[in-house]
Amino acid sequence: MSRLAQLTLTTFLTAGIATVGLAQETHPETGEALAADQTFTYRILDEFSSLDPQVVEDVTGSEVARDLFEGLMNQDENGELVPGVATGYEASEDKTTYTFTLRDDAKWSNGDPVTAQDFVFAWRRAVSPELASPYQWYMSLMSIENADAIIAGEMAPEELGVTAVDDRTLEVKLSQPLSYFPQMVTHATTFPAPQKVVEEFGADWTKTENIVSNGAYVLTEHIPNERSTRERNEMYWDNENTIIDKTVALVINDENVALTRFLAGELDRTEIPAGQFPRLSKEHPDEAISFPRLCNYYYTFNLSDSGPEAFKDVNVRKALALAIDRDIITKNVLAGGEVAAYSFTPAAVANFEPPVSEMQEMTQAERDAKAKELLAEAGYGPDNPLKFGMMYNTSDNHQKIAVVMSQMWKQKLGVEVELSNMEWKVFLEVRGNQDFELARGAWCGDYNEASTFLDLLTTPSGYNDGKYSNADYDALIQEAKSADDSAPLYTEAEQIFAQDMPVIPVYHAAGVYMMDSDVGNWPVNNVEQNWYSKDLYKVAE
Amino acid sequence: MLSYVIRRLLVAVPTILLLVIAAFAMMQLAPGGPFTSERPLPPEVLANIERRYGLDQPLWKQLWDYFANIVLHFDFGPSFVYKDRDVNDIIAQGFPISLTYGSLAFLAATVVGVVLGIAAAIRHNTWIDYAAVSLGIAAQALPNFIMGPILILTFTLWLGLLPGGGWNGGQWQYLIMPVIALSTSYMGSIARITRSSMLEVLNSNFIRTARAKGLPQGTIIWRHAMKPTLLPVISYLGPVFVYVLTGSVFVDLYFSTGGLGQSYVNSALTRDYAVLLGVTILYGALTVVVNLLTDLAYAWFDPKIRY
Repeated sequence: MSRLAQLTLTTFLTAGIATVGLAQETHPETGEALAADQTFTYRILDEFSSLDPQVVEDVTGSEVARDLFEGLMNQDENGELVPGVATGYEASEDKTTYTFTLRDDAKWSNGDPVTAQDFVFAWRRAVSPELASPYQWYMSLMSIENADAIIAGEMAPEELGVTAVDDRTLEVKLSQPLSYFPQMVTHATTFPAPQKVVEEFGADWTKTENIVSNGAYVLTEHIPNERSTRERNEMYWDNENTIIDKTVALVINDENVALTRFLAGELDRTEIPAGQFPRLSKEHPDEAISFPRLCNYYYTFNLSDSGPEAFKDVNVRKALALAIDRDIITKNVLAGGEVAAYSFTPAAVANFEPPVSEMQEMTQAERDAKAKELLAEAGYGPDNPLKFGMMYNTSDNHQKIAVVMSQMWKQKLGVEVELSNMEWKVFLEVRGNQDFELARGAWCGDYNEASTFLDLLTTPSGYNDGKYSNADYDALIQEAKSADDSAPLYTEAEQIFAQDMPVIPVYHAAGVYMMDSDVGNWPVNNVEQNWYSKDLYKVAE
Repeated sequence: MLSYVIRRLLVAVPTILLLVIAAFAMMQLAPGGPFTSERPLPPEVLANIERRYGLDQPLWKQLWDYFANIVLHFDFGPSFVYKDRDVNDIIAQGFPISLTYGSLAFLAATVVGVVLGIAAAIRHNTWIDYAAVSLGIAAQALPNFIMGPILILTFTLWLGLLPGGGWNGGQWQYLIMPVIALSTSYMGSIARITRSSMLEVLNSNFIRTARAKGLPQGTIIWRHAMKPTLLPVISYLGPVFVYVLTGSVFVDLYFSTGGLGQSYVNSALTRDYAVLLGVTILYGALTVVVNLLTDLAYAWFDPKIRY
């Protein structure tokens, strides 16, 4: 064969192989043509606190941990539980024992099998006073037997109510029935840890050169404050069905710079700064997206002894809540698809529809009229104006909302409000010491169940900075923990909330992103935004 | 001279010691601690964490252990916020970045500033002078927090020539914008100081004498006027050098460089005492060394100064 003929044949063969290759590069379910470069690049606000699943406490760190490690259960794009390392679970009749069956083919990135003992080791780590994880409280919230005593140093971690019955069976004993326990094992704190590696390298086990993980990805690069890269884990049991090859997280502190870099094509995803969604959705209709999140935003009354006398009168609290025109805040100030809030629990929560309150059914004009009436009943009016201080932490958005709220009260009710903003840590300390009158608050659910919000207003809750206390409310939340159907109990709790108005619900948050239109399957219906790179893909342009 | 240098370095030790004690005291006085969080930690959890970091010890013991660790092991302790990292790590990662773009910015600001200033002075009241002065004023009016967004919009979004941020091992494409942003306002200041200093020197008697002797302009400028002209510039460059070397929070913020300036500010906001103290010591030591170098340079430029 001549050299020219050889070259021609080689060219045709190569082209043929390439064509076959490209023809195969379609999404197995949707049939969309996939991009040759399956790299997903997104922006994070700050460097994450840790990559150790038992230690990580921030949202962005948990996102990385979810890719690197796989827990017993995962969430699908709708936030529903799907098998992870466990293929399923069984609950005892009294819901105090949960038994998880682990899959045979789960492996660590070094090829070792993932066993029930890896979970036992990790969970004991999570509660051990020696590791001192800031998320020890989460294990306590899960009601695992003896967790509280171990955290308090009264028992050894080996006494924790979690046992490896055999390599494939994990048994968890709870100190009280908890119907939503399985939902809680999607949290990073409950992910397994590789005992050999942790013991060999100590705190350095999460360094790129040491880390061994069992998730769909392995850490291949980590330059703190700049970028981290995770790439496909060849040992992952579902690697064949994983499409994204590489996920890169870039630390970009300034959200406007991040937006510019997105528009320059450097990022596949970034947050949209407040107020810019309407413009961006017009200019980039395929890329500006907004969807509900499992987060609330509110102002809390100081109902403790150090709080103002006026707030102890429920009519004052209700009047202030009624006079807020939430639509102005959500549509004109934030304008990112946030939803006006009349309940404490966001409507986006799973298995619970917050009841429609009387306030919600009124028009704003009716609310304003009622507010005037209630405030007059409480003894406040033009001759005796209500005065109080309103506190928020330093942020443009918090400031805008506080100014709008105070102006609404001034115009409609003649209320005089003194605004003060504080640096974050100072704010937390002042609010935690009940050294305030009315203070900003917000919460994003740790798990997709109404108790993650309603718990916050119970008497013993550490987050209950307003010191609201209602025995009936507490009893309902306690009862819900073991109820077969907790929804009616939560409905009652929300009704008590509407009646007592211990905080002013303002809005329920939205995820507002610029997302490259090439990215497929972003879980907009997962209100916790527990996303997994393995579920994403990028289509060919 | 050697004894002067040793004396200065010995004085630096108690100075830095006092600096750290003052920083430590101020941190203790500031409301909120490293583990103050939105959802307050249960007391048992907080106790475990405080025990791990030695925060359950009396303040004097915390400070003593801190210094002992530095002296005996050169260990600045673990970060309270970044749980997988210690302060040595954070400084080792961030300082070289700050040092790289800081040195380049310093060099660019000094060279361009001095050349502009000299050109303006020796072509006094000509278009070169007016152009140099205008450029200097414009540069001075553009601090890095204004330059940052302008550069990113221009070179990244509109022209698509440079990456919008990151470090990438310090590749040149990633260096250009941080260096320009950091150097422009210093360049303007240096140009103005150099120009006025040079004008003053050129009007002094010894230069008039040199001119009267018929020395060529180049010789007058380079051999006689240059050294005295640069004296006030050197006084200005000392603190600038420390500032640019230790990283600029605005440059780190806008260009995501991962430099030390960002870690310093973050540590103050998050009450990461260990990082804050570690970087304070580094800044203190650098200030002492640079001030010493400035003084030595002064003596070289002006032999009348003796130590």
